[in-house]
Amino acid sequence: MTATQTDGNHALLEVRGVSKYFGNVIAIKDVSAAVGAGEVTCVLGDNGAGKSTFIKILSGVHKQDEGELYMNGDKVSFASPRDARERGIATVFQDLATVPLMSIWRNFFLGSEPEKKIGPFGFLDVNSAKRIMREELKKMGIDVRDPDQPVGTLSGGERQAVAISRAIYFGAKVLILDEPTSALGVKQSGIVLRYIAQARDRGVGVIFISHNPHHAYPVGDRFVILNRGHLQGSWKRGEISRDELVRMMAGGAELDQLTHELERAPEVQTTQ
Amino acid sequence: MSDQATTVPAPTPPAPVSVVDERLAHVSLLTKLLRRPELGALMAATVIGIFFGVTTSEFGTLDGAANWTDVASTLGIPAVAVALLMIGGEFDLSAGVMTGSSGLFMGILATEVGMSIWPAILLTLVAAAMVGFINGYMVVRTKLPSFIVTLATFFVLQGVNLGVTKAITGTVRVAGIGDVSGYDSAFKVLGGSFWSPHDFRVTVLWWIAITAIATWVLARTRVGNWIFGVGGDQVAARNVGVPVSRVKIALFMTTATASALVGIMIALRLASVQAGQGIGDEFNYIIAAVVGGCLLTGGFGSAFGAAIGALIIGMAFIGIQFEGWNTDWRFLFLGVILLLAVLINNFVRRSAEGARR
Repeated sequence: MTATQTDGNHALLEVRGVSKYFGNVIAIKDVSAAVGAGEVTCVLGDNGAGKSTFIKILSGVHKQDEGELYMNGDKVSFASPRDARERGIATVFQDLATVPLMSIWRNFFLGSEPEKKIGPFGFLDVNSAKRIMREELKKMGIDVRDPDQPVGTLSGGERQAVAISRAIYFGAKVLILDEPTSALGVKQSGIVLRYIAQARDRGVGVIFISHNPHHAYPVGDRFVILNRGHLQGSWKRGEISRDELVRMMAGGAELDQLTHELERAPEVQTTQ
Repeated sequence: MSDQATTVPAPTPPAPVSVVDERLAHVSLLTKLLRRPELGALMAATVIGIFFGVTTSEFGTLDGAANWTDVASTLGIPAVAVALLMIGGEFDLSAGVMTGSSGLFMGILATEVGMSIWPAILLTLVAAAMVGFINGYMVVRTKLPSFIVTLATFFVLQGVNLGVTKAITGTVRVAGIGDVSGYDSAFKVLGGSFWSPHDFRVTVLWWIAITAIATWVLARTRVGNWIFGVGGDQVAARNVGVPVSRVKIALFMTTATASALVGIMIALRLASVQAGQGIGDEFNYIIAAVVGGCLLTGGFGSAFGAAIGALIIGMAFIGIQFEGWNTDWRFLFLGVILLLAVLINNFVRRSAEGARR
């Protein structure tokens, strides 16, 4: 959509040289990244690379020890997760986004229910809640036949879609997705990637956290690889091939070494 | 490895592909009924009502109905509040003994302190709400299971009921409430009866009204949505901005106040209160709520269901009397319906939650 973003100048959200220490442990050190409107920035890294710390700084849970955050070029600082949310940064956590026993429309509006005032009493505006939920999910490509269906009966991918469309409906400009595909099968992951593309096309800046380069590559406009708390590299789409991305993720030479070791194993078996 | 997942058209905006899950397409009537938590209770109430109606002569008459609705209403008012609390994911074991505490407190204010009855009632309700607040505050702050926190409150109140009553009156009861000024009007509103000659208790009207309000709150207000959210997954609820602690504390206060209301009603009706009043009733409230479809794990249930659960218990207690059976059998009955209800609820929850958990 707006692929004319110059590198970071007016990025929707940008972090420059951010570091976070927990006591004498360096969680992340000197990390920079940016996401523009209608772009997907993929943050990749293995376990312990500092992805969670990075998200928590972006969503206002932690405050960075060094470095700055910018929104639309203005320096910002988030006092709390609520503060970040009010500025339009929504975080969708993989498993903590929806309440399984509640219906889809109740989940969609939980915490921000629409009300009709009749005298001093506020009534839930159930009809418009169901209608809006249906319309919003339709924009994501999901046709909800039964708004009263409990969210728990939806597939993992669809539950993510409910959380994503809710965040966008309530004004998210930046959407942070924490490992949205990690617990899903191949097919479901593909569906979630489609939702990410959907959100991107509606002008939302998406920060997609993952440890799977195969999921990140097809939707990403920018790729940021974290390794043991450091920024290992950052590329724009077209600057890096999928194979290079996979290699970088796995630590390059380490992967070659591992491949080498594993390949020898069957030979040893057959000689015995 | 997961190359199939990469069939997403990345650079060009894909047209919204309709990914309708085949399970979304068809919602059978059975599925819709199974989603109603009170369905099982309604069926059980019908069966039990027909059984006692056919096998005894009094049960099906209006006089008989006045009897079993009386028991059902005094159980049902706290049971509805307990149902809201359980949907919110918490328990209150002090709800039973609270009916005794409130009756005694009101009685002592009226007979020993010399207040007239209406201010004594008001003060009692406020005091009960404070106990509820303490329950809720301790649960929210300590994150201990409410089972333990309210078990402690239960014993504290039981001790206070006996100790204070004995210290003040020298006996284990507070009597003479009927002579206090304002008693007649309070009795009419909270303790009396209507529709002579059958004499249904006014508590039945209160029970119906409170059930209706609770059902409306759950189904059609923001707070109702929060109660489901808080009980279903409090982390998710907090993430989307639901004031989890305030909801829980308010639910504990509601439960304590509802119990106190019944305690006051019973005290007015009998014009005296025993110090042991209400002990054990907390289980009846929980059984009524569970039979009405509340999950022990929270997040699912119905106020109307809890009212029907209370009706079942009321019908069984009175029906067993009318049959001329030994009334001890009612405990066996309670145990059996509780077990059946938990088994049914468990099945319903699994189908509602899907295969995920």
